[in-house]
Amino acid sequence: MTAFFQSLGLSYEWAWTVATLTGIIVISLLVMFSVAMVIYVDRKVLGAIMMRRGPNVVGPFGLLQSFADGLKVFLQETIIPSAANKGIFLLAPIITFTVALAAWAVIPFWEGGVLADINVGLLYILAISSMGVYGVVMSGWASNSKYPFFSAMRASAQMISYEVSIGFVLVCVVLFAGTFNLSGIVNEQRGFGLGVINAYVVHPLLFPMWVVFFISSLAETARAPFDLTEAESELVAGYQTEYSSMSFALFWLGEYANILLMCSLNTLLFWGGWLPPLDIPVLYMVPGIIWFLLKTFIFFFMFSWIWATVPRYRYDQLMRLGWKVFLPMSLLFVAVTSGYLMATGHFG
Amino acid sequence: MIQAIAFYFFATIVVAAAVMTIMAKNPVHSVLWLIMAFFNAAGLMVLVGAEFIAMLLVIVYVGAVAVLFLFVVMMLDIDFAAMRAGFSRNAPLGLVIAAILLAELLLAVGAYSAGGITLGTPDGTAAQAADTSNIAALGGLLYGKYILLFEIAGIILLVAMIGAIVLTFQPPKPGARARQDVGKQIRRRPEDATVMKNPEVGQGVEL
Repeated sequence: MTAFFQSLGLSYEWAWTVATLTGIIVISLLVMFSVAMVIYVDRKVLGAIMMRRGPNVVGPFGLLQSFADGLKVFLQETIIPSAANKGIFLLAPIITFTVALAAWAVIPFWEGGVLADINVGLLYILAISSMGVYGVVMSGWASNSKYPFFSAMRASAQMISYEVSIGFVLVCVVLFAGTFNLSGIVNEQRGFGLGVINAYVVHPLLFPMWVVFFISSLAETARAPFDLTEAESELVAGYQTEYSSMSFALFWLGEYANILLMCSLNTLLFWGGWLPPLDIPVLYMVPGIIWFLLKTFIFFFMFSWIWATVPRYRYDQLMRLGWKVFLPMSLLFVAVTSGYLMATGHFG
Repeated sequence: MIQAIAFYFFATIVVAAAVMTIMAKNPVHSVLWLIMAFFNAAGLMVLVGAEFIAMLLVIVYVGAVAVLFLFVVMMLDIDFAAMRAGFSRNAPLGLVIAAILLAELLLAVGAYSAGGITLGTPDGTAAQAADTSNIAALGGLLYGKYILLFEIAGIILLVAMIGAIVLTFQPPKPGARARQDVGKQIRRRPEDATVMKNPEVGQGVEL
């Protein structure tokens, strides 16, 4: 895109600035639009599983429901509790939302379709997602209320616990790919399984790691069955309890943007990203972004499906799963994977 | 041009955030300013081309250390006014520490102006190619030339970790309530926990 703006007569620096800003705006708008749509999908899937209709009034098939909700919260009054720490109270949803959008900078949507193709893409995602906890912790503390504070403490412990095993899973993938660049990781998956399957997940060493990653991404985004941070039967609505109107909507949008990000990471790291499932020339006629979106939305469907069917974990069960099952398992797999790759001469 | 703007932007925020860390009245605000300083320091690292270090700074310090820090500070009931009351008593010690830090800074500046350190190459032969990525260059050095130091650092951290666990581990006291047996909890079926009764009208149920 920089080249296009240069052809309009701008100098390189200005062309780069304009191109990057355009990219940021386009990606943010598309992510927001997808978030609105997946919220609708989420409610429809839940409705279908619970044998009711779900949203069906606003627009054809209820498709405009999320936009109607957005308009509604936009028109509501923002209430700030008098005992709240005002600055931090207002900053918290902004941080959650900004961080959720910032991570999309390194996600490749198709071959070369990425805003910042940096060498440390995967580390960037880890860094940004570890920032996400601040929105929750700050809102919990600044609300000056008991339930949000409990929720903030739960959230920070939960996110730190599961980030550890996510980190080790990523190490396994990086060992196979030999790069931290997300486009590089996807390209390494071409014809990985038996020469025809474009996915890392078919490898017996990586399949268990994908299962760990998938469950950890549920925990990392605080989705059911790990939604202890907003367990409505215990904590009202967790850290969002004191929020209203747009400040609440920012949390909500940020949460779903994070869920979509985790779905797309599952796609990129284990299921071949924008590549078609099989390495057959005919399938490459379909544009890469279609494959990417298709896979991502299948994962989103699985997230909704799990929400509708699995009961919530107890907090001690959550911690046990993170520290006593996933951590030793992923640590073992890092050792086994590196040993296997050394033995088979993967590194040349 | 853009680099210069970015540098002054990040540097100003780092310095301002560091000042605010000390000046803030509320300890939680202090920690948040500190996080701000960390984050912008990572921005400076990116500017000098050390993107790997920058990401690690954010992951380790912002993502893990500062969260725990914030966690503890939120739980504590710190009264800064009471702490400030002891200012004149603690001033000499503080001045000594400040002097040591200043001396170290001057030393670092002196060492820097004397020229960069030659770290050498992984196998001590040819010079590292200029286009090697951060990660590859660091990895080559850490697992090549400096493997011994790197392993020793790892072992020290491992010992510290095991030490912390040993110090805080409390064996279950005899007579204390039994711990949870997760396997037993999972093996438990509805049939083990519930009984179906069909009492007559007016009859109670005996359990």
